[in-house]
Amino acid sequence: MARLNVNPTRMELKKLKARLSTAVRGHKLLKDKSDEMIRQFTVILREAKRLREAVELELSAVLKQFSIARSVTPSFEAETAFALPSVAVYANCETQSVMGVDVPKVTLSGEKRADGLPYAYSEITGEADYSVQKASELLPKMVELAQTEKTVRMLAEEIERNKRRVNALEYVMIPQLEETIKYIKDKLDENERAAVVRLMKVKSKA
Amino acid sequence: MTGKTAIVGNGDGIMVFKAAGVATFPVSDEKNARDTLRKIAKEYQIIFITEDFARPLTEFLKRFDEEPYPVVVSIPSGSGSDGYGMEVLKRAMERALGVDILFNKD
Repeated sequence: MARLNVNPTRMELKKLKARLSTAVRGHKLLKDKSDEMIRQFTVILREAKRLREAVELELSAVLKQFSIARSVTPSFEAETAFALPSVAVYANCETQSVMGVDVPKVTLSGEKRADGLPYAYSEITGEADYSVQKASELLPKMVELAQTEKTVRMLAEEIERNKRRVNALEYVMIPQLEETIKYIKDKLDENERAAVVRLMKVKSKA
Repeated sequence: MTGKTAIVGNGDGIMVFKAAGVATFPVSDEKNARDTLRKIAKEYQIIFITEDFARPLTEFLKRFDEEPYPVVVSIPSGSGSDGYGMEVLKRAMERALGVDILFNKD
């Protein structure tokens, strides 16, 4: 490992020692952070997997159901029936912090019309009612999935970044500092010995 | 902050979500989907995109991972899930942990 390009003086030695102790402390902190992030990540990842499985299952069912409804209705009629949404869904978007990473936190709030359907019963088949109702029920779950999955992705990125930092400290910064400190110490000792020898020589001549 | 939800996907299948209060953006091809996403990314906080469009746009979708919002998430399309969503999770897991703790079937 290359040592830093510094003058071998006591001043530098003192500075480098301070830097080394900071680096070691930072390394320990970052490592702890990394451990905790990974622990939380696994929890959130499991949650995301569970949600995704559930949502995919239900959503496929809803879409299949809906395609049946569509197939028995002429497309222009279906389009007019669905042209105006009956419910308004508001998503309350906030952020929460997971280990210093800002992740989305969404809560849904909406207003429902009595039957929750955008059309009159006569307009379209009963199959559609069912799938619309199912879709509305599924929406909060989908939003939760969106939130969890985003958290997973952001956390994964942060863990990777953090890992790089830990490694840079552990394998580059700290060895470099240690080596430079050793080099300066050796150099200073050498100077001291030289001074002693010089003194002895001068004394023996006198 | 109040956000809005949108869904991007193939015309027919997503219509049902319109009734549930989600704004729908029917798109026909990949380029179309990309343009639509770019346009609505600022306005909508939660965007669902069907898998058949999410897959070719994987690289493009990565740019949304930097900020908390908008949240872009893939959902299965009308023809059922092709496992894209799980792939995304798996990739994130491999990046972060380097080992497989969930999907160790293969």
